[in-house]
Amino acid sequence: MRKVLFAAIAALFCVAGSTAVLAEDPLKVGFVYIGPVGDHGWTYQHNEGRLAVEQAFGDKVQTTFVEFVPEGQDAERVIRQLAVDGHNLIFTTSFGYMNPTIKVAKNFPDVRFEHCSGYKRADNVSTYLARFYEGRYVIGRIAGAVTKSNTVGYIASFPIPEVVRGINAFTLGLRSVNPDAKVKVVWVSTWFDPGKEGDAAKALIDQGADILVQHTDSPAPLQVAEERGVHAFGQASDMAAFGPNAHLSAIVNNWGPYYVARTQAVMDGTWESGDVWDGIADDMIVMAEFNPNSLPADVIADAEATVEGIRSGAIHPFAGPIMDQEGNEVVAAGENLSDGDLLGMGYYVMGVDGSIPN
Amino acid sequence: MAAITTIELVLLTVISAATPLLLAATGELVVERSGVLNLGVEGMMLVGAVSAFIVMLTTGSWALGIVAGAAAGVIMSMLFGVLTLFFLANQVASGLALTLFGIGVSSLLGIPFIGLPIDKLPALDLPLLGDIPILGPLIFGQDFLIYFSVLMIVVVHWFLFRTRSGLILRAVGESHDAAHSIGYSVIKIRFLAVMFGGAMAGLGGAFLSLSYTPMWVEQMTAGRGWIALALVVFATWKPGRVLIGAYLFGSVTILQLHLQGLGVQLPAQILSMLPYLVTILVLVLISRNAARVKLSAPGCLGQIFHPHS
Amino acid sequence: MRIKLVPRQTHSKVMTWMTPVMALVLSLLSGTVMFSLLGYPPLESLYAFFISPISDLYGLSELFIKATPLAIIAVGLAMGFRANVWNIGAEGQFTIGALTGSALVIYFPESDNVLMLPAMLILGVAGGMAWASIPAFLKTRFNTNEILTSLLLVYVAILILSTLVHGPWKDPAGYNFPESVIFQDVATLPIIVPGTRLHFGAIFALLVVATGWVLFSRTLAGFQVRVSGLAPHAARYTGVRSDRMVWYVLLGAGGLAGLAGIIEVAGPIGQVQPLISPGYGFAAIIVAFLGRLHPLGILFASLVLALSYLGGEFVQIKLGLPLGIAGVFQGMLLFFLLSCDVLINYRVEFRRPGTKSSASSA
Repeated sequence: MRKVLFAAIAALFCVAGSTAVLAEDPLKVGFVYIGPVGDHGWTYQHNEGRLAVEQAFGDKVQTTFVEFVPEGQDAERVIRQLAVDGHNLIFTTSFGYMNPTIKVAKNFPDVRFEHCSGYKRADNVSTYLARFYEGRYVIGRIAGAVTKSNTVGYIASFPIPEVVRGINAFTLGLRSVNPDAKVKVVWVSTWFDPGKEGDAAKALIDQGADILVQHTDSPAPLQVAEERGVHAFGQASDMAAFGPNAHLSAIVNNWGPYYVARTQAVMDGTWESGDVWDGIADDMIVMAEFNPNSLPADVIADAEATVEGIRSGAIHPFAGPIMDQEGNEVVAAGENLSDGDLLGMGYYVMGVDGSIPN
Repeated sequence: MAAITTIELVLLTVISAATPLLLAATGELVVERSGVLNLGVEGMMLVGAVSAFIVMLTTGSWALGIVAGAAAGVIMSMLFGVLTLFFLANQVASGLALTLFGIGVSSLLGIPFIGLPIDKLPALDLPLLGDIPILGPLIFGQDFLIYFSVLMIVVVHWFLFRTRSGLILRAVGESHDAAHSIGYSVIKIRFLAVMFGGAMAGLGGAFLSLSYTPMWVEQMTAGRGWIALALVVFATWKPGRVLIGAYLFGSVTILQLHLQGLGVQLPAQILSMLPYLVTILVLVLISRNAARVKLSAPGCLGQIFHPHS
Repeated sequence: MRIKLVPRQTHSKVMTWMTPVMALVLSLLSGTVMFSLLGYPPLESLYAFFISPISDLYGLSELFIKATPLAIIAVGLAMGFRANVWNIGAEGQFTIGALTGSALVIYFPESDNVLMLPAMLILGVAGGMAWASIPAFLKTRFNTNEILTSLLLVYVAILILSTLVHGPWKDPAGYNFPESVIFQDVATLPIIVPGTRLHFGAIFALLVVATGWVLFSRTLAGFQVRVSGLAPHAARYTGVRSDRMVWYVLLGAGGLAGLAGIIEVAGPIGQVQPLISPGYGFAAIIVAFLGRLHPLGILFASLVLALSYLGGEFVQIKLGLPLGIAGVFQGMLLFFLLSCDVLINYRVEFRRPGTKSSASSA
């Protein structure tokens, strides 16, 4: 009984507190970034999302960010400090922040947390991620149509499910239009080293790739593609400026709408913990322009149709039948791979060269 | 132009991967030969990279961009020089602090320039020579900084071992007290050496942001300043070996990417270790002969000098 | 008039304590100028940098948490630097120590044996020593320069961590994400101040500092390290074998770095993940010299550097300063701290041109 009473009083204070917030102070929204805002990749796009929140709400919000927060012990301190400083909504934008976010959230039940790319949730912790793989399927189809050497070079960072899923979705798209094409993967063991990414791009081109795909953050591979006269796809943001001819399209991380919606939800008092995995249909990922100077009209038409198909649900990138590298059927015809299976994906589909470093 | 073969392309990749290391390491070699250990190479490279990029983008001049990169490196190195040579601060710690400082400065300066593309530093157009089969594109199709990096090896070797000034510089590094008692200005010589190191590190950075990956993104050096430092030790303070070291390191780095592309069944991380392990192994082979190595390590490396008279 | 530095006959005791204060004052002044020029309120910025992070118990506890690995590693490094052994690879020894210590948890994730934690700490120390023994062996056997070997082995160590955490050490229930299981209670360092994250590792840091102090100032071992560093010939004369010294100091520094590594993982992190050190091994080099290679100085220096990291976060949170400004200011603070130390051993003399110093005959 006493507990209930305490809870009621606490709740009362919370309500009083939050109405006070509505009345005078702006809503404080905090962001924790893994990289520098100037990486022109992952963190840069999250920061664009933050700016969208500022633009949408003006004086009604105050946003704060802390950049370059290491995933070790420091994350917990930074997240906690944002909560102490009166931030009502905190976005933690890297997988390694998962456990620190959960730990801090326990002590701040009135603060809402949004963790990007994790799988642990609580009453005040939501998770969100974009279905980047949908975009990768689209660019796979484009690559399949335009590759002449039937070899695609894929610059990958680390063998985590997100990256493996991307490689597979791309390969499925590629081989859905061009069953002879194959994917060569080079792991650079870094998310961000422009020089090394560029060198990997050169190595892949020298081994016959005429299309480059990257799952690392810098535009260096695109520049290499432009210089060598092959084609490539941008990562995270529209990178056409770095390779006007080479750039065929890009999967753009578009966090703005989600961040605005979640901020609105906190303001309205309708925020609830959830697990959001949005894609093309919700504009969490957006395809950059299909380069009309480098792509034939029919390929662009097919890409646009694929985007629409994914948007409407008519196309699922991981629709069966799907074979793994050894030719075993992992998804039967007529079925789609479940979100749970997608989340922890740890094998290659048929058409990918090499094996996952384990 | 003659058709370029795959082998040549691979070699071109190696050359451009090695050049930033080569530039920075050549500068640091002269610094260390004068008896100063500047661990701030990474920071100087970053400030050089961002300055070169900004100036190139705003003026449109490659030459000014390159000069700006060198100048920015010099300014950073002068900070280090003042701290360590005039205020006698510890060199190792000051160098590390310089790197922290450089990361901050470059990040601040670069904020308005993120995501802006520039063209790549063009290759020097050498008529006819570039058309020579095989060797043509390799030897005569490079940009200014690549030629400069190799030229500086020759110049530094000549300077250190064939000129009187070079002899004095080495004497200062070997024993500052002795050099001082003969009447050489230890501080002045070391300060000039430190500035040269700054200029070369700045050029290494300029090569990154103008040629290797023509763009500015924060911390784009990604640790290359540290590798340059290691290469000076690898080279046992001899310019020619810096060249060998930089190209060896570059080759193994590129080789491991090719091995992956060819489907070698080894974890990528293991392959990524190769450049470091090979460098260590080769140094072990080089330095087995104790007497020879001792002769080339500057005797006063890292020690503080204050004239006692 | 010329300004000249003149060596003092003995260390200035006053200046030993005064120079950090002077450096701080200089930092505050130049910080005021810099923040004003960049359009940020100077006083609030400085307050957020220096005071806000430690204005309550929790903040203080965080300061100690951040300083713990720095102090432990730096004491070990100082030993080596005094002996002229240039181990700049503590980052790698830290990483390997963290891994060898964690191996127990990875292979016995269910164990509730109370000996788990002590065993992990011992394994961590052993791992750091083993990693440091590579440069020691190469140095003593093949005359290979330890600057290069220790530095390059950092990259190898980080790649080993990456291989394990992306591969066999993944949490089986973790959807293939690169994180190990979360360490069970018996494998986690106990919290010493309830309500904070301050863990038992901070006590280890104090013990290491105290032991280092005794070792450096009062024992034969400390004497030998200092002698062989100051004058290799004298060391040989007094019977100290320099090969043996290289082994001692590298194993000592490696062991302490390894200890710091396992403390970090079994303490505030609580699991193995792709990034366990944001550069402690390198920052500790600054700490060692900032602390004048003396354990007590290192203790203070580790707190100063830790505060500068926390301050960098706070100016972002409180005032929205970009991290770059915090980095510049941190660099300036270190520059002042390092350069002011000159006054301990030298005094400044102002001279008119033409006059000769009284000390010139020395």
